[in-house]
Amino acid sequence: MRAFDYARATSATDATAKAAAGATIIAGGTNLLDLMKLEVMAPEQIVDINRLDMNRIEHTESGGLRIGALVTNSDLAVHPVVRRDYAVLSRALLAGASGQLRNKATTGGNLLQRTRCGYFYDTAMPCNKREPGTGCQARDGFNRILAILGTSEHCIATHPSDMAVAMRALDAEVEIESATGIARTIPLVDLHVLPGETPHIETTLDEGDLITAVILPPPPGGVHRYRKVRDRSSYAFALVSVAAVLRIESGKIASCALAFGGLAPKPWRVAKVEDALTGQEPSPEIFDKAADILLADAKGYGANDFKIPLARRTLKAVLRESVEAAQ
Amino acid sequence: MTAHLKLDKPQSDRLGDMAQGVIGRETPRREGPLKVTGRAPYAAEVGDGTEAVGVFARATIAKGKVTKIGLDAVRALPGVCAVITDERLLRNPAQGTANTAPVQGGRDVAYFGQPIALVVAETYEQARHAAHGLEIAYDAAEDAAVTPEDAEPESLESKQIDIGDLDTAMSHAAHSMDATYTTPSQNSAAMEPHASIAVWKGDELTLHGSYQMLKFNRNELADSLGVDPEKVQIKSPYVGGGFGSKLGIAPEAVGAALAAKELGRAVRVVLTRPQVFEATMRRSETRQRVRLAADADGKLTGIGHSAWVSNLVGEAFSEPVAQATHFTYGGANRSYRHLIHRVNRTCAGSMRAPGEAVGMLALENAMDELAHAAGVDPVELRLKNIPDRHPEDDKPYSSRRFADCLTEGARAFGWHKRNPTPGQTRDGEWLIGLGMASAARGNILSESHARVTLHSDGTATVETDMTDIGTGTYTILGQITAEMLGLPLDRVNVALGDTAFPPASGSGGSWGAGSSGSAVFVACQNIRAALAEKLGMEEDQLTLTEGSVIRNNTREPLSAVLDDDLTVEGHIEPGDTSEEVQQAAFGAHFAEVAVSAVTGETRVRRMLGCFAAGRILNEQTARSQCHGGMIFGIGAALTEELVHDPRDGHIVNHNLAEYHVPVNLDIPQLEVMFLEERDAHANPLQSKGIGELGISGAGAAVTNAIFNATGVRVRDYPATLDKVLPGLPDI
Ligand SMILES: Cc1cc2nc3c(=O)[nH]c(=O)nc-3n(C[C@H](O)[C@H](O)[C@H](O)COP(=O)(O)OP(=O)(O)OC[C@H]3O[C@@H](n4cnc5c(N)ncnc54)[C@H](O)[C@@H]3O)c2cc1C
Ligand code: SF4
Repeated sequence: MRAFDYARATSATDATAKAAAGATIIAGGTNLLDLMKLEVMAPEQIVDINRLDMNRIEHTESGGLRIGALVTNSDLAVHPVVRRDYAVLSRALLAGASGQLRNKATTGGNLLQRTRCGYFYDTAMPCNKREPGTGCQARDGFNRILAILGTSEHCIATHPSDMAVAMRALDAEVEIESATGIARTIPLVDLHVLPGETPHIETTLDEGDLITAVILPPPPGGVHRYRKVRDRSSYAFALVSVAAVLRIESGKIASCALAFGGLAPKPWRVAKVEDALTGQEPSPEIFDKAADILLADAKGYGANDFKIPLARRTLKAVLRESVEAAQ
Repeated sequence: MTAHLKLDKPQSDRLGDMAQGVIGRETPRREGPLKVTGRAPYAAEVGDGTEAVGVFARATIAKGKVTKIGLDAVRALPGVCAVITDERLLRNPAQGTANTAPVQGGRDVAYFGQPIALVVAETYEQARHAAHGLEIAYDAAEDAAVTPEDAEPESLESKQIDIGDLDTAMSHAAHSMDATYTTPSQNSAAMEPHASIAVWKGDELTLHGSYQMLKFNRNELADSLGVDPEKVQIKSPYVGGGFGSKLGIAPEAVGAALAAKELGRAVRVVLTRPQVFEATMRRSETRQRVRLAADADGKLTGIGHSAWVSNLVGEAFSEPVAQATHFTYGGANRSYRHLIHRVNRTCAGSMRAPGEAVGMLALENAMDELAHAAGVDPVELRLKNIPDRHPEDDKPYSSRRFADCLTEGARAFGWHKRNPTPGQTRDGEWLIGLGMASAARGNILSESHARVTLHSDGTATVETDMTDIGTGTYTILGQITAEMLGLPLDRVNVALGDTAFPPASGSGGSWGAGSSGSAVFVACQNIRAALAEKLGMEEDQLTLTEGSVIRNNTREPLSAVLDDDLTVEGHIEPGDTSEEVQQAAFGAHFAEVAVSAVTGETRVRRMLGCFAAGRILNEQTARSQCHGGMIFGIGAALTEELVHDPRDGHIVNHNLAEYHVPVNLDIPQLEVMFLEERDAHANPLQSKGIGELGISGAGAAVTNAIFNATGVRVRDYPATLDKVLPGLPDI
């Protein structure tokens, strides 16, 4: 770990000013500290935001929920309103990491956690994300946990979060304060970007931007499911995960939101998949069609080829189960 | 006074005669509370904080020569005190019981991750940063062998064995099986990383380390440094798990000693978690071909077990894959091949149950495949094939309740409920299956010394350099002493893990309890004799109980009859009984798994192991050893795999997030049954080794259950979902 200066932010403005001047924000530290120990990230200065007043969960005027960026994964998962009205989120959170990690992990930090690609974590390896232009060692290497959708020839990393997948299905928005003091709110879909030719650029955030909250729209109702497929029963990242919020009316799928983890460099959601299902009577054929659309452009890299059939099967099972629960 | 016993004949059950009820009894580990409250100092924690701290810089090529090390740039960094590039640094740890230094010299790179230089600084962070930035230039070799296929295998003459004619037996067999299984590299992943603090006083070295076999480690360390072993003391009172990874002296001990000498101050070296994976012993990957020939009834007429394993150049160890195949089942025609690929991968060494842990996966899968093909119940097939005598050298078995383990275990588990046709039992989305496998592990007695003192105040002290690696040694040595000397357990003080004490067997090969316990037994037996003589009676007339002597129907406290301490150093040595009979512990595993018909995820629902391992010295610590072994087996079956990069052999998943040992939720109801057994040939305690028995076959019970659940036979371990998926029905 490289020696660094530490400062505790006194206000959001102070945090953004320091971040704009080059400091790296630290929240729970569960990802950042690991990366610093390995010198994958080697900030000269860090700004600690943990004392800021961003750990509340409040109702919004429109009937939604505003989740402070410092709310821990543990607290968010057990919040009664989240459990009742946004069950998919509660389930996703509890499927992530371990109890100890969830106690430290924050909402903002979870959104911005880095990939778990093994080559990214080893500074002796070429990696375009860590060191642009050096190459991607994972493509022809061990890529079992990496992406099959949204990849580029420069990077095939996944975004490893469970929480963000559920938030994506819930149409969450992200509230950001910038160093110029301007606050803005963007849809979660616009937070992360695909690797393309610049895999080191992972979000649309500017230098100095501080995530202050995540906003959930009013409760969507319906059946909530989060299914995470993984190599052991707990404490393993998703190979494939599916977040589903689905409503049935008069025997037809009235609405559905489906987001996927473990498949892509960002929480993945495809409007056409949902369009194919909406208004239809549930059937294995229509589920297959949805899976066809989801996986039309899927590309395996060897060790992760299995994710293609696995994603199809998991999606179909989640749909079947959600429909059964909704009827 | 010293007392010596060489095990040339079977022993009577003297320990059983004592009838104190201390031996065998469920007794929690004595040091447990210290450990869980953080008061048991581990090697890295014993210093006073003034030590300098060393961190290794590693090789980042698979093979070649170091041409230049950028010392100057790193020496200029804040806090850096020294960069050790001494030729005496170790390439890799010593193999268990090596007793001499392993390959040394940091300039020849043999694997990615090899420690090249030790950077020492005032703080851990400074040292780690400097080590990370140390520039090392190489002349990389063109001919690195990073996968076994890259290197022509060597064959070891003594392990190419043919008895009878297996090929003919296979061609005449009513039922036969010929299949190839593979198992991946694994790591023990002990919780406590490898750590040492070295302190020199003049030419005398004290090393606080985390080691399993101190008498060997002391010689290995002395040899590595080129000093007299008499000048070296190793202390290892608490070890946070070893599983074989701490059998031999390792790079961090030698690095710490060299740095401490150069700097004239104490130095601490702790491996980082990635370094534990890269630079301590791995279990070799294996490829195994198993052939079984059977007659129409399922009686074996032949067994073949060929193994391909790997290791670095210059390492004598090679995973003894077929070890238990030799003596578990009969069959007249037998064939073995053992081949070693010399690879540029992390050194391979002993990991819990070397040989059986992987060999029994393949053998027991093959037996399951044969049972299925022959239409014989898997338990029945094993029962039919238990030989009367050792099938290869015709020795009798010392004690062997193998058949009882199979039948009693099957009864307790409810094996009869199994549907022999795969894929028939469902619980919603989950396909349910039952599987079983045998367990076998050879028993070994190893030379050991222990000093026991019966103090004049009626307490006792045991001293030996034996280690307790979390297995319960403190507790059982106390129990043996208490049982023999008629003392309440809390009056026995046990001091371990210091080479200043008499040399013990060390912890490894499942021989620790039997060997070090026998040395204690021998000492106690002679204390009894000395006491009896003093009291003018025969030893076998002497009754000691609850801290008192019973004489002429009166009870006197020991303190009243002792005017001085009585000290005896006990010494046990293996003798003819190791040669004349086949000694092994046996068992049977039964597992119920659920496999998701959607995803192929396997979850073990319950598991039962039934074992016979001679006298059980402490039901609780023995059960916990078996639990641990079964959990290792579940890990091997389902999740554990060190992944080597195909281009440079480096270990890609070198952390506990991606090297998947089972977590609590992976471990269901585990039940362990012990059958009463005594083994008079094994040692005077009549016990057999148990630390590795629980892993033997455990994983095969799980994969056999996957077959029963789904009809999918995974022959390439671990059975991760991607390997099950293609065989699942459409959904
Ligand atoms: C072993 C292990 C297993 C795990 N398993 C899972 C899993 O199964 N599923 C899962 O979803 N996650 C898992 N995680 C990841 C875990 O959820 C994240 O590490 C955690 O959510 C990060 O939050 P944090 O507050 O600790 O972030 P930090 O480590 O403090 O920060 C992460 C990043 O976010 C930035 N940041 C933090 N807060 C803000 C903010 N408010 N504004 C702007 N930037 C900010 C930091 O600068 C940093 O770059 C696992 C982690 C580990 C170590
Ligand atoms: S997949 Fe991305 S993160 Fe992994 S090595 Fe390639 S570029 Fe780096």
